[in-house]
Amino acid sequence: MHKPLPATRDAAAPPAAPGSQPSRQLVTFTLGTEEFGIPILAVKEIRGWTPETRLPNLPPHVRGVINLRGVIVPIFDLRARFGGPQTEATRRHVVIVLTIGERLQGILTDAISDILDVADGDILPAPNGDGGLVDRAAILGLVASGNRMVTVLDLGRLFAAETQALDEMQDTMAGTAGA
Amino acid sequence: MAGFTDLEQFRQTYFDECAEMLAIVEAGLLDLARGGADAETVNAVFRGVHSIKGGGGTFGLSALVAFAHEFETVLDEVRAGRLAPTGALVDLLIRANDVLGALLADAREGREGDGILAARVAADLRAVLGPAEADGAAVETTPTAAADGPQRFQIRFAPHPHMLSRGNEPLYLFRALAHFGPLEVECDHDAVPTLDHLDPESIHLSWTLRLETGQPEADVREIFDFVAEDCDLHVAVETEAEPEPAAGPPPDIGREVALVGPGGAMAEPLSPGLPAEPAPPRPAAGENGGRGALAGQSIRVDLDKLDRLVNLVGEMVITQAMVAEQAASLPPGQAPRLLEGLEELARHTRELQESVMAVRAQPVRSVFARMPRLVRELSTTLGKEVGLVMRGEETEVDKTVVENLADPLTHMIRNSMDHGIEAPDAREAAGKARAGTVTLSAQHRSGRIVIEVSDDGRGIDRGRVLRKAVDKGLVPADAQLSEEEVDQLIFLPGFSTAEAISNVSGRGVGMDVVRRNITQLGGRITVHNTPGEGTRFVLSLPLTLAVMDGMVIRTGGERFVLPLTNIVETLRPRPGDLHRVPGQGTVMMARGEYVQLAPLARLLGIQGAQPDPTRALVVLLETEEGGRFGLVVDELLGQQQVVVKSLDAHYRRLDGIAAATILGDGRVALILDVAGLQAMGRGLARTAAAEEFAHA
Repeated sequence: MHKPLPATRDAAAPPAAPGSQPSRQLVTFTLGTEEFGIPILAVKEIRGWTPETRLPNLPPHVRGVINLRGVIVPIFDLRARFGGPQTEATRRHVVIVLTIGERLQGILTDAISDILDVADGDILPAPNGDGGLVDRAAILGLVASGNRMVTVLDLGRLFAAETQALDEMQDTMAGTAGA
Repeated sequence: MAGFTDLEQFRQTYFDECAEMLAIVEAGLLDLARGGADAETVNAVFRGVHSIKGGGGTFGLSALVAFAHEFETVLDEVRAGRLAPTGALVDLLIRANDVLGALLADAREGREGDGILAARVAADLRAVLGPAEADGAAVETTPTAAADGPQRFQIRFAPHPHMLSRGNEPLYLFRALAHFGPLEVECDHDAVPTLDHLDPESIHLSWTLRLETGQPEADVREIFDFVAEDCDLHVAVETEAEPEPAAGPPPDIGREVALVGPGGAMAEPLSPGLPAEPAPPRPAAGENGGRGALAGQSIRVDLDKLDRLVNLVGEMVITQAMVAEQAASLPPGQAPRLLEGLEELARHTRELQESVMAVRAQPVRSVFARMPRLVRELSTTLGKEVGLVMRGEETEVDKTVVENLADPLTHMIRNSMDHGIEAPDAREAAGKARAGTVTLSAQHRSGRIVIEVSDDGRGIDRGRVLRKAVDKGLVPADAQLSEEEVDQLIFLPGFSTAEAISNVSGRGVGMDVVRRNITQLGGRITVHNTPGEGTRFVLSLPLTLAVMDGMVIRTGGERFVLPLTNIVETLRPRPGDLHRVPGQGTVMMARGEYVQLAPLARLLGIQGAQPDPTRALVVLLETEEGGRFGLVVDELLGQQQVVVKSLDAHYRRLDGIAAATILGDGRVALILDVAGLQAMGRGLARTAAAEEFAHA
C-alpha cells in the first residue's frame, strides 16, 4: 500500500550549512506554458518518451506502463492529471522517473527546463484562490525565478491522493464483482 | 576451511537448524498426543531438544540451556518409561517447546526475554518430576544454587584432525568455558608435523584446560557436545585424586581411531559426585552420524543467492525470446546452423529455468504440519470434537507460495472450526457423527496447485450472511442475489459472521484478508457451500511466481498474454453458432455446450478491435474451477514462455490483469487474469440486460 511520503520533502533538503538557510535543488519542467518544480533527489532518471503499454479501465492521466530495464514502471500524464487533455506524446517529450517511497513512477512532461537552487524561505504558499490546473493539495508552494513563476509540487501528496482514489474505486468493484 | 572468524555465520546455521529441530520436536509431541508414537518418536524429540541445548551451550545462551535442560530431563523420564505421556504432560511438553522456540527467537534477535513464562513452565516441568528430582534439577542448572563451591576441572581436549572441516572452532569452545569461571589454557603442539608434511586444513593441536567453576561437570561437558564425535575428551575434577575411568581414551591415541570411542564413552554414567543428574545417555553416535550422512546430499543456500539466480534466468528467457524473434525475420533458408543453435538454446534455457524453479520448490508439508496442532488447540477452546484429515502434503510448490500459505490456511481452518463445525450435541441432533472433520488437501491440477479446505459442518447460513451484509450496508436491502452470490459476500471487506467477537476467528479480519493474501500470490479462492452438509474452500495458486507459458494475442492495437493452462482451444465461430440470450449477452455453441462470449476489447476498453466475433477469434478458456467462456480477440500472435513481472510492485493490481511481462521487442504486455475476465464478462452481460429491460 502506498503511504503518504513526507520523506520526499525531507530528502530534498540537503543538510543546512551553518549560518545559511536550508535550501533544496529543484528540477523544473514545463507543461505548455506552466513551469513546475520537483525535488532533484526524487528524480531517478530522465528519458525520452517511448510508447507505453496501456492499462485498462483507468482514467486518462494513467498512460500505462513501460519497461525500464526489466522493471515495469507506470507513467502518468501530468497534463491530464491536472485537468488538461491527454498529451500527444512524441519522441521529444520527456519522461521523468521518480522514486516515491519504494516505488518507481514516471511522469510525462513537455520538456525539462532548469535546475534551481531554492532556499526554503523562498517557497511561498500558493494563493488561496483557484490554483490553475493543479489541485491545491499537490502544491508545496510557488517560487519566483527571474520573471518566471515555478509551481513546486508535493510528490508524496500528488501520488497519495491518486492511490487512495483508485483503491476506493477498486474495492467497490471487487465487492460487487465476486470471483 | 577458511573464514572462521565469522561467528555470526555459525550462529545463523545454529538457529536455522534449531528451527528444524523445533518442528521435529513438535511433530513428535503431537504424535505422542495422538498416542501414535513409538520409542523412536520419543527419541527423536529428545534428540531435538538435546541438540538445541548443546548448541546453545556453545554460543553461551545460558537461559536457553538451563531451560532446555529441564525440558530434556522430563523427556528422558518419558523415554525411560518412568513417566507416562498423559495428555496433560504432552500439553506441558508442547508448551515447553514453545518456550524453547521463544527463547531461541530472543537469542537470535539478541533480546533479553523477561523469562517469566520460561520460569513458570520450568517450574511445571520440575513439578512433574516430583520433589526429589526437582531439587536436584534446580541445584544443577542454576549457577547461584551450586552450594558445594567451585571445583577445579582438568579437561583434556584432543580434536581429531578433521574437526575443523566439520565447522567447529576450538576457540569458541574455550570462550564458552571461560564464561563459567577462570580458565587456564595450555596448548600441546608436539603433534604438529614438519611444514612439508603439514596439511593446513587438519588440526594437530591438543589442549589441557583448567577451569575453576561452580558449574557441574555435566555443564562443562555440554560445551563439547557439538564436537563430541570429532574429538577425544577427558574431563576430571582435580580435587579428586583419580580421574574417573569412564572418560575417553588419552588424547594422543584418538587420532587414528577417529570413529571409535568418544561417543560411547560419553554414554557412560557421569560423575558419582552429582547424584541428582539424571544421566541421559547421549545419543551422539546416531544423531551425528545421521547429520554427517545428510551433509553430502544437501547444502544450505542463502535465499538471496537463489533469487538472484531466478531473476537472471528470467532475464535470459526474455533475451532468448528476443533473439528468436530476430532470427524468425531472417529470409527462409538463411543461416540454418544459427537457427539450429537457437533452437538448442531455447531448449536449454527452458531446462535451466525449470531446474532453477525446482530448486525453489518445497512440499507444502511444512505449512500443513502446523495445522494438526491448531486443530487440537481449537477443539479444546471451542469445546468441539474435530478430526483433521490431510492429503497431498508432498505436493511441491514455490517456496514463496508455501511461506505465504500459512496465514490464509490458518485462518480458513479457524473459520471452518468456529463457524462450520457444530457443537457435538448439535451434530448428533442433525444425525451426524459427534466429531466433525476438517479436510486439508493439496494437489497439482493443470499447472497449478489446488488446495482445498473443507468441513462437514453446517455450511454457510445464507440467510444470516445476507442479513449481516445488509445490516453492515455492504449490499442494498432490496438486492436480489443468487445463492452463489450470497456465498461470495463472506469475502467482502469488514464482513464477519461471528455474532460476538471471539478470539478464534471474529477479530475483524475475515475472509477478505484471506482472499487478498491469495490474490497477491496470483491465486484465487472460491467457496462451495452446501447448507447442512458443509463448506469447501478451493484455493488455486500458480506453482511458481516467476515464469509461465503464455499465448500472445492481439486485440485492437494492444497485445496481451493468456496463460496457456487456461486455453482449451481457439475457433472462429460461424454466424449460426452465435445466439443472443437476455442477461447472458452472446453465447456460442462450442462442442455441444453453450459458452458465454466476452469481448476482450469491451472488457478492457480497447479501441479499434474487430467487433464481429465471426470475423475475429474466440479463445475458449477454462478457469481453475472448471467454468468455461469464450474470449473474443482479434488474432493469436504465438506461444511463448514469459517472465511474470509484478504490476503492483510499482503500481497496483488491476481487474482482469494478473501481471505483466516483457516481450521480445522490449515492450510490456499485460498477462490476463482469466477468472477475473470471466467475472467482468458476467458483470457486463448483467448490465447490458438491465439496460435492455429498462428500454423495453
